[in-house]
Amino acid sequence: MAGPVFATDPEAQVSAVELDGLSVLFHAPSGMTHIVAAPAPQILDALRIGPADAGELLARLRAWYDFESDDEVADAVDARLEELEAAGLVRRA
Amino acid sequence: MKHRLSIQIGPVAFRIGSAWAQPLDALARLYAAYPEPEDGICDFTVRLEAEKPWRRYFRPSVAIRGDYILPDAAPLSLAHGLLAAEMGMNLQMALGQKRYLLLHAATVEKNGRALIMTGESGAGKSTLAALLGERGWRLMGDEFALLDMDSGMLLPFPRAVSLKNGAIAVMEAQVAPGRFGPRLEGTPKGDIRHMRPNRNALSRMGEGAMPALILFPRFGAAQAVRSVGAAEIFMRLTQASTNYVSLGRRGFDSLTRLIANNPALAIDYPDTDSAIGLVDDFWRELAA
Amino acid sequence: MRNARLLVRALGDPASVRACDWAGLISAARAEQLIGSLAFRMEGQAVPPRVAAIFEAARRDSAQARTQALWEAEMAHRALAPLGLPIILMKGTAFHAAGLDASVGRSVGDLDIMVPHDSLDAVEAALIGAGWEHVKDAQGYDDEYYRRWMHELPPLIHRTRDRMIDVHHTILPLTARPRPDAQAMIAASVELENGLRILCPADIVVHAAAHLFADGNLAGGLRNLWDIDRLLREFAAQPGFWASLGECARLHQIGPHVGRALRLSHRLYGTPVDKAVAGRARLTDLLFEMRLLARNGWGQEKAKALRFAFYVRSHWLRMPPLMLARHLWVKARS
Repeated sequence: MAGPVFATDPEAQVSAVELDGLSVLFHAPSGMTHIVAAPAPQILDALRIGPADAGELLARLRAWYDFESDDEVADAVDARLEELEAAGLVRRA
Repeated sequence: MKHRLSIQIGPVAFRIGSAWAQPLDALARLYAAYPEPEDGICDFTVRLEAEKPWRRYFRPSVAIRGDYILPDAAPLSLAHGLLAAEMGMNLQMALGQKRYLLLHAATVEKNGRALIMTGESGAGKSTLAALLGERGWRLMGDEFALLDMDSGMLLPFPRAVSLKNGAIAVMEAQVAPGRFGPRLEGTPKGDIRHMRPNRNALSRMGEGAMPALILFPRFGAAQAVRSVGAAEIFMRLTQASTNYVSLGRRGFDSLTRLIANNPALAIDYPDTDSAIGLVDDFWRELAA
Repeated sequence: MRNARLLVRALGDPASVRACDWAGLISAARAEQLIGSLAFRMEGQAVPPRVAAIFEAARRDSAQARTQALWEAEMAHRALAPLGLPIILMKGTAFHAAGLDASVGRSVGDLDIMVPHDSLDAVEAALIGAGWEHVKDAQGYDDEYYRRWMHELPPLIHRTRDRMIDVHHTILPLTARPRPDAQAMIAASVELENGLRILCPADIVVHAAAHLFADGNLAGGLRNLWDIDRLLREFAAQPGFWASLGECARLHQIGPHVGRALRLSHRLYGTPVDKAVAGRARLTDLLFEMRLLARNGWGQEKAKALRFAFYVRSHWLRMPPLMLARHLWVKARS
């Protein structure tokens, strides 16, 4: 069953700097800086292809990466999506 | 305002107005060797005012006001008027400085490069910086580091060093008495005594330096050195900056550049001599 | 500098400001929340280098403040969109969202929005669900007073972004003498590209005038009046604006305030105003002008007796006398 559809801002609006395994992001629309860890940057990359619900997002990530346990990844993706939405980096489409 | 004084500290000019002569007299003595602002224009205004009209004379109570104000700030007694003036200037920098990225750090310079020392309050970086300033280094600032966002240079802000409690005796043993302000007892932070930086620091207060090393010193443990992750530095430095959030992309670019271009180390030190030894060693390595 | 006339002159006619008390001008501008506006107005004028650097920093800061204000509006929109209600941006955020002249250099504090009265509970719940919290307020009395009589919810603050939102359901407290018609304002509101709304031009001016006099003791008055000057000059270009302003002022029972706002704007900033809507000059206009200018070159408010008179007056306008006495009594006891 499809859940809410998420979207994110285009790459041009987010400056990313890799520091030591973490990503520091400057989000131009908000003027805010965020420090995020995997899989958040990967989720944002996957959403940039186009708006998607959690299921579709998982499918895109699986195409790029190998995961051991599908359930754990699904839970992690849900949790990160919630955080990213609260931070304003992801919105409901 | 009845009494007034203007002071230039590094690139920043202040004017301080006061309802009482006493705090400005003390400030003028402490800042005797500092230049007056060119063409009389100032970046920030501080006002020391009576909380209520009658508190000007009866149990005088000094409210710290100015261009930028903390609405709930508690007033100080007139005996601590000098502290009120210093806090007023700090407040203007913390709330109003938008031209340079402000880091809560002590900075010293040697051989044209600058060392940034940052960390929690009370970690001893102010005292370390003051001591280095007497041991062949130039003190650029004990409280604020100013980062020029275009050039990546650190600019000096050599205000009077605010020594607290134990640190007072340490510096009194090293430095001529004429460079100290009055000892202020019973302040919210304990005993405080201000110390004017030496002639070298003051005469070169217009001279910036490129950073070379970021240090997180921690007093009170056996000597140890460890490297610090870049993400951790970024977080610590943004937490230590009062104006990062209002500087947008320029702040982000200049801070990430600062971190990318300079190594960061955390050191534990049991006494100041060992810290100074470590710092001198680092500088020799960097020059090599 | 004894009063804020230099600041008013610099805003109205920047080219006329030559050698002057620059420190006084800057301190007065900062005290009146007008440093951003001043910095833009003075852009390109020959000023001493340090002043130029201060103005440049103020312009950059203003751009960041604009970004942050519009972001707050966006996040409120995301939180409230599921409710399907009209959300009307007000004051500085509205100016920025619509790209009005009044937005140039305009600083923004809280996000102010207006929603229909009967949706307040749902709006409050949605905002709390999205990370806003009540500002801690010690006095139970004020919370009750707020909900019953004021024209807004008690202020909410976002827990991570640390920014406040004020949710209004009308433009003046329910206890105030003029009784604006909130539903009419919502019906006449204009939709922006992103789905958020702003008041129609006449209502924006009506709100600014209400805010200037009825909702405050003229604190921040010079800035409110500058808003009004910029708004009037821009809207006057629209056909039928003055007539529409007159009608809205009458509908919302706020004609005298709008008239006085126009007259003061004309006196201080030279704003061209329609004589019919502005009305005839009153002796008390001078009193208001003095109150507005009561800021010296150190950024201090002077004319204290005048200030107290305005404070009592502003409470008088908001509350009927019996309630006022009771309110002042409880305030004094606390």
